[in-house]
Parts: sequence; structure tokens; C-alpha cells
Amino acid sequence: MTPPYYFGTIAALSEALSVGKVSSLQLMREVIARTREVEPRVGAFNSFDELDALAQASASDLRRTEGRTLGLLDGIPIGLKDVIAVEGQPLTASSRMLANFVSPYDATVTRKLKAAGAICWGRLNLDEFAMGSSTENSAFKPTRNPYNLECVPGGSSGGSAAALAAGCAIATLGSDTGGSIRQPASFCNVVGLKPTYGLVSRYGLVAYASSLDQIGPMTRTLEDAAIVLGVIAGHDRNDSTSYPAQIPDYRSAMTTVRGPWRIGIPKEYFGEGLDPEVESAVQAAIAHYRTLGCEIRTVSLPHTQYGIAAYYIIATAECSSNLARFDGVRYGHRSSEARDVNELYFKSRAEGFGQEVKRRIVLGTYVLSSGYYDAYYLRAQKVRALIRNDFLAAYRDVDAILTPVAPTPAFRHGAKKDPLELYLNDIYTIGVNLAGLPAVSIPCGFTRAGLPMGLQLIGQPFREAELLAIGRAYEREHPWAERHPSL
Amino acid sequence: MSSEPNINIEHIATLARIALTDDEKRIFASQLGDVLAYIEKLREVDVSGVEPMAHAFPVFNVWIEDVSGPALPVEAVLRNAPASRDNMISVPKVVE
Amino acid sequence: MQYEAVIGLEVHVQIRTESKIFARVRTGYGFEPNTLTDPVVLALPGVLPVMNKAALDAVIKAGLMLGCRIAPVCKWDRKNYFYPDSPKNYQISQYDQPICSGGSVEIELPGTARNLMGEHKRIPLTRIHLEEDVGKLNHAAGDSLIDFNRAGTPLMEIVSEPAMHTPDEAFAYLTALRTVMIYAGISDCDMEKGQLRCDANISIRPKGEQKLGTKVELKNLNSISFVRDGIGHEIKRQIALLSSGGKISQETRDYDGMTGTSQSLRSKEMAHDYRYFPDPDLMPVKVDDAWKDLLQAECPELPFEKQRRFFEQYRLPYTITSVLIPDRGLCDYFEKAVGHAGEGRAQPVGNWIVNDLLREMNVQKQSLAESRVRPEHIAELVKLIDEGTLLSNLAKDVFVEMAATGMRPAPIIDARGLKATTSVDELEQWCREAIQSNAKSLADFKAGKDSAINAFKGPVMKAAKGKANPKLVDETLRRLLAQI
Ligand SMILES: [Mg+2]
Ligand SMILES: [Zn+2]
Repeated sequence: MTPPYYFGTIAALSEALSVGKVSSLQLMREVIARTREVEPRVGAFNSFDELDALAQASASDLRRTEGRTLGLLDGIPIGLKDVIAVEGQPLTASSRMLANFVSPYDATVTRKLKAAGAICWGRLNLDEFAMGSSTENSAFKPTRNPYNLECVPGGSSGGSAAALAAGCAIATLGSDTGGSIRQPASFCNVVGLKPTYGLVSRYGLVAYASSLDQIGPMTRTLEDAAIVLGVIAGHDRNDSTSYPAQIPDYRSAMTTVRGPWRIGIPKEYFGEGLDPEVESAVQAAIAHYRTLGCEIRTVSLPHTQYGIAAYYIIATAECSSNLARFDGVRYGHRSSEARDVNELYFKSRAEGFGQEVKRRIVLGTYVLSSGYYDAYYLRAQKVRALIRNDFLAAYRDVDAILTPVAPTPAFRHGAKKDPLELYLNDIYTIGVNLAGLPAVSIPCGFTRAGLPMGLQLIGQPFREAELLAIGRAYEREHPWAERHPSL
Repeated sequence: MSSEPNINIEHIATLARIALTDDEKRIFASQLGDVLAYIEKLREVDVSGVEPMAHAFPVFNVWIEDVSGPALPVEAVLRNAPASRDNMISVPKVVE
Repeated sequence: MQYEAVIGLEVHVQIRTESKIFARVRTGYGFEPNTLTDPVVLALPGVLPVMNKAALDAVIKAGLMLGCRIAPVCKWDRKNYFYPDSPKNYQISQYDQPICSGGSVEIELPGTARNLMGEHKRIPLTRIHLEEDVGKLNHAAGDSLIDFNRAGTPLMEIVSEPAMHTPDEAFAYLTALRTVMIYAGISDCDMEKGQLRCDANISIRPKGEQKLGTKVELKNLNSISFVRDGIGHEIKRQIALLSSGGKISQETRDYDGMTGTSQSLRSKEMAHDYRYFPDPDLMPVKVDDAWKDLLQAECPELPFEKQRRFFEQYRLPYTITSVLIPDRGLCDYFEKAVGHAGEGRAQPVGNWIVNDLLREMNVQKQSLAESRVRPEHIAELVKLIDEGTLLSNLAKDVFVEMAATGMRPAPIIDARGLKATTSVDELEQWCREAIQSNAKSLADFKAGKDSAINAFKGPVMKAAKGKANPKLVDETLRRLLAQI
């Protein structure tokens, strides 16, 4: 491969590392230099620890000289969204509430990355507590889109998408509750995979909505996504919702699983509000699959229109309870004004949480409050079942479903102020979380204004290998991610 | 669900233990009113006979046998604590 | 007006497990503050709960012993409320699908005298559910200090129907419940350590009335006798209030057992809104017959069943069973001793245990396990006495030495020369001498005064240094007297 290495893929870099073309230390130094150079403009990192990263790189090089290399990720810098715990490192969730919190433990994915020799590099910005889709809700700073600094990188994993797109990491991890991996991936021209709910352990992921949250890889290629997924997936006894699934070798499986496939196009996903440029890019991808001999079928997901309502009830209800632990007692921000413990709660939480977090906690508290449970939460859970059933019914006829990721490409900073308008933007990604399905966002071109766009492939539960293979059939001939931003 | 959702923001903020400014109360009440009005959509859906979905892929009886693991050292317990003494977390006096 | 009290109890029992209910760190009492925590217990950002199977086993066992219906499927709910001792500010509990429902606790009311068995009745249960304990707040002058060691200890909440009417019933209920829990090894139920905690809901109504009165919740009843006293106090308070034209307000009151007074904690207008919803972090539990059967096999005989069996099988009097039954270990000890001694000797075996063994354990401050007297030693002792080898007036001393040394009775008797005299020749000689040296009593006896025989026994015993078997002495004397 050719420099700069910071734009390399895991597949290529692990090859270069193994033949001694480059050392991990050299790679890490390049990534650090690149980060120092562009980070002031992009703002993807909440913090990074250069000395720690260099030490990890040296350790990897030493393993390599001793013939104890741990795998494809050994010596590769991988950035982590700042909601994933790394022992001894800050864990802020981009909230004032946790501005000074240092995690005393590793998330399961962190432990697995470390065991695979990866360098856990940097704490990546997000919408506070993963609530948002623009990374403007960070308590510290907004992250900017590397393809246009005036635009948002998407969110909530905006830091993870922007850092990767800007060459400040070789891969990153994000988390996806309603599209928080896929939407920023589409805004920043990278691959973003939201695995089946339960495939990747949530232990050590700061919870937003427990029944929807899932950690996933953000990478430059689907092959890289397969490599990272293979490391982080798998049953974890520390997460009761972790599913005891067999973990295949995704990387080799995605090359052996072959089409042609039956691909479903849900008519409800191509209606009003879809940007024409996004629509034509997605239609072009559909045309590509047709030329490959795939059968394109129109399918119906009739309850799509209720997804956002159900999502905002379930997600906010769960978040109102999940975020109750941030009370200024054991850790986190504590108001200096409080005279008794009740005031301590009210003031610490008022000072520690940003507007969007407060808004969602209040909504979630409301929908669970006495007398409303059946009308809101219980009904939303039933609608959720109907939405899942829609997908499962569709999968009787098709192997995967192809849709846009977001109705529009990246929007400008400050352009969307109304919360409801922002919530409605999640229309294409939310159903996947409600149904617990795997889905991947794949770069599918640029607008005339030069902004990236993405297509979404939604797969069947625990069949990520097939999903990646289907995506690869498009990506192979449309390697949009190779076009890097000029920063 | 009433046809015109009316949020008692004061009461809800108390349950959530968040001190809201008057401005916040006003803005939130109106924004949440919009969201709740939107959520009213769900009333259209026929959910009779539908089992509520609490988990994407429910598995029964997920547990661990009764074997103990390590404790967090007390220094680590207190390192992130805003205030502590005598190895305990200190809070302003609790009034019933 | 005649009033009737209606009492329901909510009892929290800490389940004895090695590790916490949703975390792997160990449980314990009396440890240095905050040394029994981990990221899960402290509710650090990102952590998740995982069920401890032993806690489920324990609550199902409790349900089986109390005749509850065991739900085929149950789930976990979050009870949301803010309090500094609750790390997550929600408690994982069971709301609308408790693991056990129905069932009852058999109780024994006080008898008319100490040695007489009291009336038995059954107090119906509403439900038993599983949940997690919270940490402990220590109130200082200027602040409050939190120790999270207790947080996450498995806890079962046992809710009775409002079916008790007197403080004695409540006392008997707690006593019986506690015994069952201890029998099953579910908990040690040490109230001083907070392993059993009780809240009481109390209301009164005119006798004959069906409708329930306004209930008052009484908290901090932290010993079984405080439960009885506190409820008695509260019933009196409510009757006095109603009689003087006052009104009972629905409230929570705190009982101070030291002063025997109570005061209002909070009125119900600050009512909580717990916003229960299913915990998305935990999976539901399915209890099948195989699991239940397995636990059923581990359930011990219930205390009162055992008592009924002891009455029938061993013909034991109430005075002995009432001492044995509360202590399952002591019952097992008794049955082991009877196994060695023979069922015909059950009563003396029981007597030695409840009188002498317990006295020696008490004096030496020993538990049953620490006592050096083994069941077979007691059996041997009873046999030796029964066979006339050891005189009962000497047996007490022998027992004291058994307790002190752990020796069997026979070697002690040998070593101290306490064996009852069995040489017939020697005994006949002493008897002859005694008769010959007391002509008056001989004449009296021959004249038909049977009690005159006693006059010969003293000198015989004296000659035998107290080691003669009185039965044998009596027999020998009569034989010789008949020959004269
Ligand atoms: Mg608390
Ligand atoms: Zn309870």
C-alpha cells in the first residue's frame, strides 16, 4: 500500500505490518500527527492519550518481532466513541455531568479489542449521552463534517465518523440506538454497521435506551467492518441481553456467500421528504444490483410511519431511568449550591445535563408516569412488535432490504433547531433498532455540493455475513470511500 | 392518551429531579406538547392481541451461578466521588 | 365501641448467597465500608445486571415451603425513585408478575400456660417477590455518609394478607416465618444485622364491620418484640384517636422501640410515582416442573410438621418439642441420639438435650456444632442409666465432664469409679448387716408396715458409698426379709 498510512484500511495495514513495510509505532505516529493537524478544525476528539497510544504501538511491534502477533487488529489504532469504557481513561458521554469521570473498568468490547492487540485510541465526541443526530449536542464542542466544515457530521456517533473520515483513526466504534452509527457514516462517507441486537455486548456502553442500543464498527470498507465485528461480537456473560450466537469468520464468509440475492425495496421508505439527489443515488445502487442479476422486489413495511412515535416513547422512557444514576452522589457533576440531598439532585442534574438530555428525560418520565404507562409505553411496545413482524414478513420474500440511510445529506450547523423536526430525520434508521435487525450504511456517492451520501442494507437477524456480502457486491464496483476529504 | 396532551412540567421535573428554569419549563412544555401530539399517531394502530415486545430476542433464564468475584478497591470507589470521608461517600444531610 | 385491628406485614428477608443478586462481588455484614462493591453495585456508567441463580432458587424454595403458586414465567421491573442509598436510583424488583403468589404461614398463638401448646392457624400470603437491597446511610452532624456494602444483596419481600388482628398474631407470624427461612437455609434472619426487616400496615374498624379502616404504615420495627410492642402501641393510639372523635390519617410512622413511641414520617400526599416498567437489561425467568421438583427435594420438613411427627413417633411432650423445634440442628441432633439409644428412650434423650446439653452450651457459650457432646454420647448415657450401670443422681456430674472433655460417659464412669455396684454377694452382705442391726424396723416390716424397708436402705447405700443400684437394693432386701 501507499502512504499516507492514516487513510489505510485494516486489511491493507495488517498486511503491511506483517511484512514489515511499516511498524505500528510509525503508523501511530502518523495518525497522531494527522490528528494534531486536522483535529482543531474537525473537533472529533474529546481527548486522546498520545503516550498511552505510542506505548501500545511499541508493545504491538514487540509482539510482532517475537512472533506473538494477536491477529489482524494487532497494532491498528481504533478510536472509541466516548460512551465506551476504557480503564484509566475518561468516559464523558460528551456531558458536563461526566466531564471529570475516569473509568475504573473496561467495556467488554474494549477488553476484546485489547486482547486482539488493537490500540484503543482517543475518546470520540458525540451528542451528549448519544441523544441527537448532529453531534451539536455535545457539551464540549460540535464536531464538524470533514467534507464540509460548515456541515454536521451526523450523530450521535459524529466524532467516530468524522475522525475516521479525516484520517485520525483506522477504524472506530460507534453506538446506534436509532441510527447513530449509520446516519453519521452516510454523512461522512464511511461504512457503518449496526449489528443485530445482542450480537455485541453492551457491557461498558453508557446506556441510552437499553433495548435499542448496540455497539458497532465504523470502517473504510465492508471487509474492515467484518474484521472488527469478528473481534467484538460474541456472547458475554456480563450482558444478559447478549445472544448466544455462533460467530462465523465474517471476513471469509462475506467472500464465500454468493448471490444473486432477492433485494426488497420498501415503498414506505421512498416517499415525501426524501432528497432527490439521495433518491437517485440509492436508485443507482438498486440498478446496479439489478445488473448483477439480483431480483428487486417491492416490499411493504406498513407500520413504518409509527416507528418514530414508538421509538421516542421507548427510548425516552428507558433513558429517563438509565440516566437516573447521574445524580452527583457517587460520581459525576455535583452542584456546589446544594444544602440538602434533594437540592443536590435537582441542581446537579440541572447543571450537568444539556437541553436535549433534559428534554428526553422529561418526556420519558412523563410517558412512564402514573396513569400513562398503558397508553404510551405498553402501546409502543406492541407497535414495536408489529414493526418487527413487518420486517420478518418481508424476509419471507427477500434476503435483504435496501433503503436510504437519511432523507438528506449532511445539513449545516444550526440548521435544525426544532426537536421534532430532528426526530423525524431518523425515519429510515429507527425501524431497524425497534426490530433489532442488523443494518449497514455504505457510501453511495456525493451530491453536486460534494457531500457524501449513503445507502442502507437491512439484513436478517444474526446474518451479518450475508449482509456484508450483499454490500460488498455494490462496494466492489463503487469504492466511494476511497475519496478522501481535502482538509 | 388524552386528545390534547397537557404536560404538568413542574410535576414531571420533580419526578425526574431536574431543576428547570421558567424559560426551560415554557419551552419544554411547548416542544413536548408537539412531540406528544405527534405520538398520538399510535392511537390509530390496532394493537389488539399483540404481545408487547420487551426484548428483540428474548432468551429465558440468563443467569450466573453464585460464585463471587473481586471487589473494586475502595480507593477506586472514591476516586470519582465528589465528596467522601471515612471511606464513605458524603452527601449533604438527608432530610426525610 | 369495640374495635378490631387489621394487620398486614411486609417482611424483607435477605437471602444468604455468596455473591450479590445482579453482580459478582461477595455479600457480607460487618465489613469495612465500601469494600464489597464493584462497578455494577455502584451503578457506574455502562454496567449491566446479571441474575444470580441462587437467589431465584431460594425464593422458589421459600414459595414451595409456604404453599405458594410459583409463576411459570416472571420478569424484572424497575421501581424508579431517588434516594442516596440506591445507586441506580431505581430498584430492580418484581411488580405485576411476582415469582410467588398465595400460600400461607402456619402460626402458633401463645398457650394458656407456658407448658401448654397454643392455638394454631394459617395466615394467608399475598405474594413473595425478589428484589435487591440498598446501601446504608449513616447520618452525621453535618452530612450523611453512604456505605454501599449492603447494596445488591438479594432480598425477598413477603407480603401477608391483612389477616392478623392482634400483636400476638403478628409476633407468632414473624416467629414462624423466621423459623421456616432458617430451616430452609435461606437466611439467618438476624434482625440485628438487618437480615429480616418488618413493616406493618395497621388499621382498626368497629367489630363486625367488613370495610377496612384507614391504614397506617409502621416502619423500623427492628426486633421481633418491637413488632409486637409497636403494633400494640399503634392499635391503642388509633383507638384512642377515634374514641376521642379524631380521624386516622394515612401516613407512615416510625416506631422507636426504646421509648415505645411513634412519630409521623411523611404523609401520603407526597405519594411516590415509581414509574414501574420491565427492566430491558434483564431477561424473563421461566420456572418449569423439573426445576421446581429439584428444589422441592431440597426443602426440609416444615417446623410444625416435624413437631407433629415428634409427638406421634417419639411421644415427646410439648415442653420438649417446643424447645427442640425452633432449632432444626437440635432436632437432627435429637433424632441422631434417638437412633443410637432406641426410640423407647426418646423421652429421656429429649430431656438430656433440652435441659443439660443446652445448659452446658449456654454456660460455655458454645453453639451446637462447638459442643463436645455428641449424639451417641447422650444415647450411651441414657442407656447406662437405664440399665442401672449409672445412678441418675451421679449422671449430672458425668454429663458435665462429658461436656468439658468430649469423652464418652463409660470411660468417665470407669475412671471416677462411679459404676453402680453389681456384686450380688457384696450387696447381700450389706443388706444382711443392715437388717440384723435394726430389730425394730424388722419387726415393723414383718408386722406389715412396708415402708419400714426404707430404714435398711440408708446403711446399705452408705456401705456402698452411694454406688448401689436402688432397685437392686430394694429387691435384695425384700428377698432376704422374706426368708426371715
Ligand atoms: Mg441514589
Ligand atoms: Zn421491597
